Amino acid sequence: MSHVWLIARRELGAYLRTPSGYLIASATLLVSGLLFNTRAVGQGEKLSSQVLQDFLRDASGTTTVAAVLIAMRLFAEERQSGTSTLLFTSPIRESQIVLGKFLSAFVVLTLLTLLSLYLPALIFVNGKVSVGHIAGGYLGLLLLGAATLSLGVLGAVLGRNQLVAGVLSALFITVLFLSWPLSTVVEGNLGELIAYFSLYEKHFFPFMRGLVQLSDVTYYVSIVYLALLAATRALQSQRWQ
Amino acid sequence: MIVVDNVSKYYGEHCAVDDLSFSIREGECVGFLGLNGAGKSTTLRLLSCLLLPTSGRITVRGIDVVDNPHEIRRFVGYLPERPPVYSDMTVAEYLDFTGRLRGLSARDSEKRASEVSDACNLGKVAQAVIGTLSHGFQQRVGIAQAIIHKPALLILDEPIQGLDPVQIVDMRKLIANLRGEHTILLSTHILSEIEQTCDRILMLHKGRIAAEGTEAELLTRYGAAKGLELEVRGSQDAITQALAAVPEVSDVKITVDDRGIAHVQLRVSEAAHESVSRVLVHAGLGLLSMRPLATGLEGVFVSLSRGQGAPVAPSSPATAATTDASGSPATGSTEDTTS
Repeated sequence: MSHVWLIARRELGAYLRTPSGYLIASATLLVSGLLFNTRAVGQGEKLSSQVLQDFLRDASGTTTVAAVLIAMRLFAEERQSGTSTLLFTSPIRESQIVLGKFLSAFVVLTLLTLLSLYLPALIFVNGKVSVGHIAGGYLGLLLLGAATLSLGVLGAVLGRNQLVAGVLSALFITVLFLSWPLSTVVEGNLGELIAYFSLYEKHFFPFMRGLVQLSDVTYYVSIVYLALLAATRALQSQRWQ
Repeated sequence: MIVVDNVSKYYGEHCAVDDLSFSIREGECVGFLGLNGAGKSTTLRLLSCLLLPTSGRITVRGIDVVDNPHEIRRFVGYLPERPPVYSDMTVAEYLDFTGRLRGLSARDSEKRASEVSDACNLGKVAQAVIGTLSHGFQQRVGIAQAIIHKPALLILDEPIQGLDPVQIVDMRKLIANLRGEHTILLSTHILSEIEQTCDRILMLHKGRIAAEGTEAELLTRYGAAKGLELEVRGSQDAITQALAAVPEVSDVKITVDDRGIAHVQLRVSEAAHESVSRVLVHAGLGLLSMRPLATGLEGVFVSLSRGQGAPVAPSSPATAATTDASGSPATGSTEDTTS
């Protein structure tokens, strides 16, 4: 575990020392603020809980984009600078490298997500929502963020450069995103099965309404586990190439 | 310490290492010599467990690199061609990080970071951000990270690449100081480096071992070439005829380039150099240049790199004529002797 934390700490340091982390954070917060103003509270009178739901829906989009942007540099930068050699010739396992990188990115994404808390807090100025609804929604955002981030880590391992890594991550996320519209045109059990993989409608919308269900948590945790496992295997296989 | 047994490594269809076999004893300092693309770096990457072989077997201290690379990495220090440094960290931070990465405790890592900083003359720049340092200093930082955990096996891939002459001397001293403490594998295409630093030499060519031994053994086995390289304006027949008048001359090889200039390699004793120039001039041929043939390790290297068994063989006085150009050497005065 100490190696995982060591790598995570080094990555966190890199986010703080380079402009990319600040750029992603400021762009995400700016877009979140604009969306909150124009969509969540700028479309006539609404119930406070509806404002919160609209905010959380938009935040799920910005969180996903931020996750892809944060993850795409994780391995590509190391490959370009040659520092990946240091990691791969040290007595640490590929799973520790993947976990360390994921952990650092998740800490950054969590901080970024929590920084947007002032937006739902603004609802209290003219309305009232339950803190539990906000907490449930943010738990959903973090789980969704972790899932998209892990897909981003997989894309980063497979992609030779940042652009390819980003495109691959976006592709994985799009496939899961499209499973919902696809499920609506497929009938029966197969349709239900396809719907189960939906990243947003099936599993995030309950969080938007303040509902925390074990099945949704399990779904996101499973995505994280499987994506990181695949990333670890992909990293191991690269030694043979 | 290291046993490499019939190892091949393919990158897709390209064979980088072809059925390689050799062994290295504990405490040896072995130099890998070869042209760019000879397979040196790939071999060192295989030994550092960065890559795994396509076929064959490699064991380091009896441990198979495929079965347990994790264990081997504990006692291997590796400096790749490009030092693997994080440009946003300070030297002290980076060395502490690499120490911890190699399993040292926080206290030991800090202590060793200070020791290797001193050993690599990095004390003055310990708090400098690595990205602001010159290539020479970054290379030292690269060596420092490779030795921070006192590895039994130290692998240095082109450690003097891109260094200026003063930095090369410093680096040579540094490597000399490391001898005895580690088994050292060093790759380079710079001959003087190998001659001055290593106990034994492995010459690689097209992924295979072209020659192996100490410098003295290689010179004995392949013979130190004594001869001349000439550029002459004139026909092959006229040159051959003129040179036949000097009995000391043997093994004449002539290639003619597009401009009609004949490039001549021949074996001859130093005493007869003057006779060679005289007979060519008397025959009305234009002697454009004349220089000694590469000798010593350089001659062996150039010949083996061209896929010949040995430099100009000291056997029959037969005269050979060829129009074949067979590769260009990376070093030495013999560059472009054929075209």
